[in-house]
Amino acid sequence: MPWLSILMGVSVLGALGVAFVKNDKLAKQATLAVSLVVMVLTIVMTVQFSPNGDRFQFAETYDWIPAFGVHYAVAVDGVALVLILLSAILVPIVVLASWHDAEAGKRSVRTYFALLLVLEAMMIGVFAATDVFLFYVFFEAMLIPMYFMIGSYGGAQRSYAAVKFLLYSLFGGLLMLVAVIALYVVADKGTFLFPQLIGAITDPTTQKWLFLGFFIAFAIKAPLWPFHTWLPDAAAQAPAGAAVLLVGVLDKVGTYGMLRFCLELFPEASAWATPVVMTLAVIGIVYGAVVAIGQTDIKRLIAYTSISHFGFIAMGVFAMTQNSMTGSALYMVNHGFSTGALFLIAGFLIYRRGSHFIADYGGVQKVAPILAGTFLVAGLSGLSLPGLSPFVSEFLVLVGTFEKHAVFAVIAATGVVLAAIYILWMYQRTMNGPTAESVQTMPDLNSRERWVVGPLVALIIVLGFFPKPLLDVINPSVKETVTNVSVTTPAAVAKEGQ
Amino acid sequence: MTTHYLILSALLFAIGGIGVLIRRNAIVVFMCVELMLNACNLAFVTFARQHGNIEGQVIAFFVMIVAAAEVVVGLAIIVTIFRTRRSASVDDASLLKY
Amino acid sequence: MEPAEILSNPGGAIGVGWLMIVLPLLGAAVLLLGGRRTDKWGHYFGVLMALASFVVAALVFFQLLGFAPGERRRGVSLYEFIPGVADMGLLIDPLSVSFALLITGVGSLIHIYSIGYMSHDHDRRRFFAYLNLFVAAMLLLVLADNYVALFVGWEGVGLASYLLIGFWQFKPTAATAAKKAFVVNRVGDFGLLVAIFIMFTSFGSVAFGEVFAKAGAESQGTITAIGLLLLLGACGKSAQLPLQSWLLDAMEGPTPVSALIHAATMVTAGVYLVVRSGAAFFPGEGTASLVVTIVGVATLLAGAIIGTAKDDIKKALAGSTMSQIGYMMLAAGLGPVGYAFAIAHLISHGFFKANLFLGAGSVMHAMNDQVDMRKYGGLRKYLPITFITFFIGYLAIIGFPLLSGYFTKDGIIETTMEHNAILGWLAVVGAGITGFYMSRLVFMTFFGKARWDEGVKPHESPAVMTWPLILLAIGSVVLGAFLIVGNRLMIFLGPAVGRPEELPEFHAVSPVGLATLALVALGAAYAWLKYGRQEVPAVAPRGSVLTTFARRDLYGDALNEALFMRPGQWLTRLAVWFDNRGIDGLVNGLAAGIGGTSGRLRRIQTGYVRSYALSIFVGAAILAGAWFVVGTL
Repeated sequence: MPWLSILMGVSVLGALGVAFVKNDKLAKQATLAVSLVVMVLTIVMTVQFSPNGDRFQFAETYDWIPAFGVHYAVAVDGVALVLILLSAILVPIVVLASWHDAEAGKRSVRTYFALLLVLEAMMIGVFAATDVFLFYVFFEAMLIPMYFMIGSYGGAQRSYAAVKFLLYSLFGGLLMLVAVIALYVVADKGTFLFPQLIGAITDPTTQKWLFLGFFIAFAIKAPLWPFHTWLPDAAAQAPAGAAVLLVGVLDKVGTYGMLRFCLELFPEASAWATPVVMTLAVIGIVYGAVVAIGQTDIKRLIAYTSISHFGFIAMGVFAMTQNSMTGSALYMVNHGFSTGALFLIAGFLIYRRGSHFIADYGGVQKVAPILAGTFLVAGLSGLSLPGLSPFVSEFLVLVGTFEKHAVFAVIAATGVVLAAIYILWMYQRTMNGPTAESVQTMPDLNSRERWVVGPLVALIIVLGFFPKPLLDVINPSVKETVTNVSVTTPAAVAKEGQ
Repeated sequence: MTTHYLILSALLFAIGGIGVLIRRNAIVVFMCVELMLNACNLAFVTFARQHGNIEGQVIAFFVMIVAAAEVVVGLAIIVTIFRTRRSASVDDASLLKY
Repeated sequence: MEPAEILSNPGGAIGVGWLMIVLPLLGAAVLLLGGRRTDKWGHYFGVLMALASFVVAALVFFQLLGFAPGERRRGVSLYEFIPGVADMGLLIDPLSVSFALLITGVGSLIHIYSIGYMSHDHDRRRFFAYLNLFVAAMLLLVLADNYVALFVGWEGVGLASYLLIGFWQFKPTAATAAKKAFVVNRVGDFGLLVAIFIMFTSFGSVAFGEVFAKAGAESQGTITAIGLLLLLGACGKSAQLPLQSWLLDAMEGPTPVSALIHAATMVTAGVYLVVRSGAAFFPGEGTASLVVTIVGVATLLAGAIIGTAKDDIKKALAGSTMSQIGYMMLAAGLGPVGYAFAIAHLISHGFFKANLFLGAGSVMHAMNDQVDMRKYGGLRKYLPITFITFFIGYLAIIGFPLLSGYFTKDGIIETTMEHNAILGWLAVVGAGITGFYMSRLVFMTFFGKARWDEGVKPHESPAVMTWPLILLAIGSVVLGAFLIVGNRLMIFLGPAVGRPEELPEFHAVSPVGLATLALVALGAAYAWLKYGRQEVPAVAPRGSVLTTFARRDLYGDALNEALFMRPGQWLTRLAVWFDNRGIDGLVNGLAAGIGGTSGRLRRIQTGYVRSYALSIFVGAAILAGAWFVVGTL
């Protein structure tokens, strides 16, 4: 069955339907229904995936522009699969969470939800694309719905944030376009199909230039320090639901691209760039954490924590060990749930009080214990508390990095201390202490909001103790990548030496 | 032998060019453009004569036709501007800027 | 004697040993998810789960006793946790079972006590949920069969500690103390984490069995590095220097929490870590072990000195806890000879310190939550049961002959003496100071004249609170002798952690023991002179430089503030400024630059036809000129 096309098709058709529904309430319900259908289909697809089978499964290939060897080619390996699963699970949650988000302004409510579904289709497409050109198309096209979601439905400074987001992304995207075309020309295979391009570029200098083209695009998307300043603006101005998809899924395309395209297409160049990338990543980890500590705005704070976390992911990818890359892939999923929960609960909080400044809160725990409790769980997952899912991935990234780059891993590990400071200090300032005047009457989470937060918290805890199902899917495809970039690690050697 | 014609053509072209640059009256500027076109025509015809082929003369016809078309459009514009602004000075028609 | 090999799961109670962890976890989950619906019976449910866990622990213990000593290490694998890195599994051996009994036993008593202590609290259910969570995490910590699972428990107890210190989160001091405890602990966790990285990289595994088996072949440098990093972790959790500062603040939590987490169990996790890893990384010789002993001695003195100057009864006891854990660390650093003494002291300390804390809680309960000992006095007539049990705990901690502390502490001091005389004498001095500050505490609280605030009517606590006190007091009396005489604990622990070939002999009377007793008596006598015979002033006198030094926790907080907090704040501000003005400034500057340039460039479009004509003319002239130049070349 053409699973991936069905997934995208359902989303796009759903978006069209929603856009033409007259009644806003019906539009919301329809969006929720469509996204739930996509989620169920994705889960069914995931169950049918055989982790130890072919690398790419559910493949579909059709000619698109035969003259240039461009295909509509989609397929998933383990890493792409879990990221699609992440998107498909997050979207219905976001829909439910955004129930009233688009109503504040004068913009059309149903357009917002239609955009959400369009975005979902593109998120699935970008992870599923196995044609480099198709990937580029989705990579850029994703910007459009997100641009409108930020620019039309965002906070006070939404246009500034949206334009900044767009320009940054376009800049990177155009560099990538140049590299994509150059890849086609230099490889001289007459095709853009990714599997056929692996190992096609052998000249080291060409590799380096093409690598840079791809890498800068991904580094901006991820975002890696020092390309990160668009994220706090965009995430803080976007409506909470859009912020979740932006940070939780869209940014993952950057790190996913590094893992999939940079490493496999340009292995030597990646090895050449490793010291620089790792340095940037480690700077990002510590820097993002330190800047997060100093934030006064809840959403900006969460955005900066994500910059720190993206440092971990990028570090794991470029450490190029089985454990670190598996950890990075898992980190992308876990971070989606964890930051998603943080953004959404922060969104509920902000919706109630109408302010995103930490100083306007205090003592919320007393009046809204469920809100505070779930916020704490989400926050603790943000500081990678063992027993919650991000710990497993952070641990794998660090231990994998340590095998080859001990110094980087040790510096990055100081992030665990800083993370405790930023999360707990924010929690203390918002939730603890005497109850502030302005939050005295704040209601606790209602049942809709509990349905939003509940699944996320459950996923965070369950995956914290049982990450095996995801890891079993990720591990074989990362092994494939490791073989393609051909690396061995001290721990693997120690293990085999038994 | 054709040198004189060419010098004349150059002179006419220069006069026309200077006129375009320094005169403000739209009609005069227009005439100067015509002068330049005709200077070109003279050069074309001269070269046709010099090389003994016909292409230059053909081109001259083309130029005349284009110039005629241009006169139609150009004069119409000038007249319209004059009607609305009561001025034929090109400096007064400077709205299309920045 | 080397530790025994880890054998397979024999089934039976050991096979379901995971119930020990799951039952309290279930309790926590039910109470937290159940919400207000469980308010009525939540505390009973919590107690039930803790007791059930104790029953399982006891069954496991007796099953273990049924095996020959060499077969008492049993691995119970549960499931694959992180494939290729760590599995979730239990190691049931004498060491872990000793801890499990202590945790569930003392834990259950404190659960029961809390029914009474927290009876007026609106959020009692939540309190019991956290207590259950703590018990589960602590059991995972001690029962885990590898370092990663241990780390999960390790952070789990940190979380429970955070939640419980900040239980009265509406008090800003409590919230701050909770955060401080967590953050300082995280510094230690950093050490533990890096130690785990080194282990995995060097040995390809994090399971105890494999790590210890392969450690012998590893270079000394790596072993020392792992040892020191583990010690850093232990220092964080056990409030040892230099990461001690959080423990005193942690007394913001409800008193049962201070008793369970910050005296009897969690803070001893560091000692557990050192003893558990001892065979491989702390053999009693070499740098790592030496540093452990030095840290232990430094902390036991520091804690004792802090204890002398505190007027807050809980903080005085917290100083004492630091100090006693210092003794355990010291013993753990001595190698196989010391492990059993460390654990013996740990277990008996678990009893008498829990007893003391709960007694203090009972006093506070009677005194409207007053903690200042200068506002106490003469309470022995009003709180007879509390007084007697407290007094037994007091005698046990100062090492009164034949009570628990006498055997266990004396064992540590004597063993240290044989190892290193300087450290040994310092430990003796510490014992003397203990005699002073504990006597001071008892005199200020139970003797002398009443210095109560107006309106205070002390009353004995209800039975649900006094019974745990009585049981703990009994433990404080008998446990030391039971564990030490005949080296019972050392023989029992031998298969788990190793023990010296020759068992140490126990001397009822020894020169060192006598010297210790003499110093303790001296300290107690001095305390009597200053706080028993004399009137205790209601307001603390200014005191000497030394007193101030002790009152300020040896300037530990001031040091942290000057070294880390203030520079950290500056760094944060600098980074935020740099991010807004530097990086974002650069980007926005670039945008503004492009915008400005285009703004200037468009001025060329004047709208004057003649200027356009001129530019066309100039362009044509330049082109023609260029053509000429190129053509002539």
